[in-house]
Amino acid sequence: MASKLIDEYFREDHLPHIWCAGCGHGILMRDVAQAVHNLGLDKDRVVLVSGIGCSSRAAGYMDFNTMHTTHGRALAFATGVKMARPELEVICIMGDGDASAIGGNHLIHAARRNIGITAIIFNNDIYGMTGGQYSPTTPYGEKGTTAPYGNIDRPFDIVKVAEAAGATYTARGTAYDAVRTTKLIEEGIRHKGFSVIECASICPTYYGRKNKKGSAVDMYRWQKENSVSVEKAKGMTEEELKGKLIVGEISRSEFPELTEQYQKIIEKVQGK
Amino acid sequence: MKQMKLMQGNEACVEGAIAAGCRFYAGYPITPSAEIAEGCAVRMPQVGGKFIQMEDEIASCAAAIGASAAGVKSMTATSGPGFSLKQENLGYACLTEIPFVLVDVQRAGPSTGLPTSPSQGDVMQARWGTHGDHPAIALSPSTVEECYTLCIKCFNLAEKYRTPVIFLMDEIVGHLRENVEIPEEGEFEIVNRTVPASPAEAGPAYACKNGSLIPEMAPFGHGQRYNVTGLIHAADGFPTNSTEIADAQVKRLVAKIEENLDDILAWEETDLEDAEVCILCYGGTARSAQSAVEALRAEGIRAGIFRPITLWPFPGKRLEEISRKVKKVLVAEHNNGQILLEAERVIKNNCRIDFIGKVDGTVITPDEIVRKVKEA
Amino acid sequence: MSKMEIRLAGTGGQGLITGTIILAEAGIFENKFVAQSQSYGPEARGGMCKGEVIISDEKIGFTKVTKPTFVMALSQPSFGKYCRDLDEDCFVLVDESIVIPEDWSHKNFLSLPILATAREKVGKMQTVNIVSVGAINKILNFSSEENIKKAVLMHVPKGTEELNLKALEEGARLVK
Repeated sequence: MASKLIDEYFREDHLPHIWCAGCGHGILMRDVAQAVHNLGLDKDRVVLVSGIGCSSRAAGYMDFNTMHTTHGRALAFATGVKMARPELEVICIMGDGDASAIGGNHLIHAARRNIGITAIIFNNDIYGMTGGQYSPTTPYGEKGTTAPYGNIDRPFDIVKVAEAAGATYTARGTAYDAVRTTKLIEEGIRHKGFSVIECASICPTYYGRKNKKGSAVDMYRWQKENSVSVEKAKGMTEEELKGKLIVGEISRSEFPELTEQYQKIIEKVQGK
Repeated sequence: MKQMKLMQGNEACVEGAIAAGCRFYAGYPITPSAEIAEGCAVRMPQVGGKFIQMEDEIASCAAAIGASAAGVKSMTATSGPGFSLKQENLGYACLTEIPFVLVDVQRAGPSTGLPTSPSQGDVMQARWGTHGDHPAIALSPSTVEECYTLCIKCFNLAEKYRTPVIFLMDEIVGHLRENVEIPEEGEFEIVNRTVPASPAEAGPAYACKNGSLIPEMAPFGHGQRYNVTGLIHAADGFPTNSTEIADAQVKRLVAKIEENLDDILAWEETDLEDAEVCILCYGGTARSAQSAVEALRAEGIRAGIFRPITLWPFPGKRLEEISRKVKKVLVAEHNNGQILLEAERVIKNNCRIDFIGKVDGTVITPDEIVRKVKEA
Repeated sequence: MSKMEIRLAGTGGQGLITGTIILAEAGIFENKFVAQSQSYGPEARGGMCKGEVIISDEKIGFTKVTKPTFVMALSQPSFGKYCRDLDEDCFVLVDESIVIPEDWSHKNFLSLPILATAREKVGKMQTVNIVSVGAINKILNFSSEENIKKAVLMHVPKGTEELNLKALEEGARLVK
């Protein structure tokens, strides 16, 4: 099955990808392709916009209209694409640095506007491309090359931020659980407003090594053993949920989608 | 029949953009360019276009580029500090060759400076503001009418050369209201990017055909599923580390401007035929120079004006020719000497070069120019 | 008339900038060249405020007022700031509420109850700029009644047309 998916949705001339052995991004990229396939979208109508960093390289490998932009700005570029041509299916792939540090403001405001973009965040808790500096999602106390004595910043919960800012669909998946994550992405694309799917990835090369997390296999095992479904989490205490990944659809709400609202303005102004 | 209207410079810029086919505007509030955003908010939906107020200057620049990649002519406008913030994605558009128009209604800086006070302090930033070697086209209007007509020209150049174009206005013309003769549709040229006939005929996204230096450009959704990246890329649009390709790409981006100077360069010469003194100025400063020349000529002093309309590329060759015929060139600008550097570069020792500049937020008056011209 | 350089000064909120825009608009209807500019920023929001317009038979180079031929001041501070060092033949119009200092010897001036007319005769303080425009055009006589009316109607809010035309008329009536 996988090879068929590659044939259809990837630019094989540009593979193999640059990601390290064991990196979670390849699995997540496949999940995106699978979700698009499951939805039966026309590739010509899909625009994939990415930022800068390891995650952003996905754009180059996938056979859509692809735009590899500047660091953190993927959502801002995507907003222009979607406003200009609402009929296009716009998907953003960002890293944790893109989405929650340099581009944090764009995430908040895309969510606030409820523009019909699907934001998929490959969160590996570290700046991998630049060599392992701590990011806004690096857990408290963990190490990075710029947090040699342990991170003293509080990490962001990207899903909570997005939900609070107005995203009308939020979810969390993991690289380990490809089936569930694919479903969540699919649901996010199908959702009309702004959707955010945070995908816990792994970075065995930097994050794993710096923090003695073992091999890539060990890190996936950790994801498996520490994932708690939204349903199950409801019955657990805060103490019990500490250090766990709550996975599944986290929130869903209603608000008119931005480009549809703007279309109504055009029609009203033009007296149609 | 042409219609004569009272219009503000910023308003004329909006109308020029719409006439040029611009149907997307993204911006962030800042003076003295705020009327451009306000105008677009009203006008865009009336013509079926889109307006969005983004969360910051960087995002507005990005959104304008995104819209253009989707095939819609786009614009963003800003002033002072906002122009600094636009530089990141301006460079992205240079390298990815996505056309759009970036309006900068200059104000006095550095930093927050003197908001809403006239300045022309962003001239060099318009040339070199974004990092790396890159092409630059920047036009400067001197009248409200030119805010309209040159805005159209900015879009035409952007589309023709697949490059961002900077419309370098200043507060003097941006906030001025005066008579404008709006040309009728059909009286001005509209240039649109060349789109490949079909995905099958498109070929590699960044390959240049038939000796041209400018690749065709398909909008997203066209069917040619190509890659756009701010990394140095090969003709197929994908990143490369090839030193040969990097060299060729950067040089082509610059060459597509440098090798088309005859088409791009624009300037105006006033009373230069018999002039002993040439006033080199642009934008709103030219209005002071115009009154100064009238006063000087009334006194029998033969002065004229050389006014670059394209500041970048700079019409240096013509200025050099003029500098051989006059006794002195007086550079007048609302900064501490930016175009002065270009003047010095091209004039060398052909004639004397004088300078009058202002950075205090006030306008150079005709009297000040007259006095400077008379200085021995 | 070849070139008039007009400056209107007062307090932010009096609508004087709109006043200069209306004068410019009327100038265009009279086939003149015009250039209107104004003070921006905090000044235009309640402090001292000024608007300028040049109306000329010939193309206008420098767009700012340097040697005003007409100045109107509607507040004491604006009188202090803009009504000094004027050319002898510059016409000065002030509101009658303004106290003329003893050392001020400008001859070519008129004091009219502009604010009071807006407040009492027209019944709406917001029309003070239109009362002014009425008076100014009567003094300078550069626009036909029809054209100045047309210009006013282009720049007043919908629903206030009648009120503003009355203000224009009352303003003109102030000038004997």
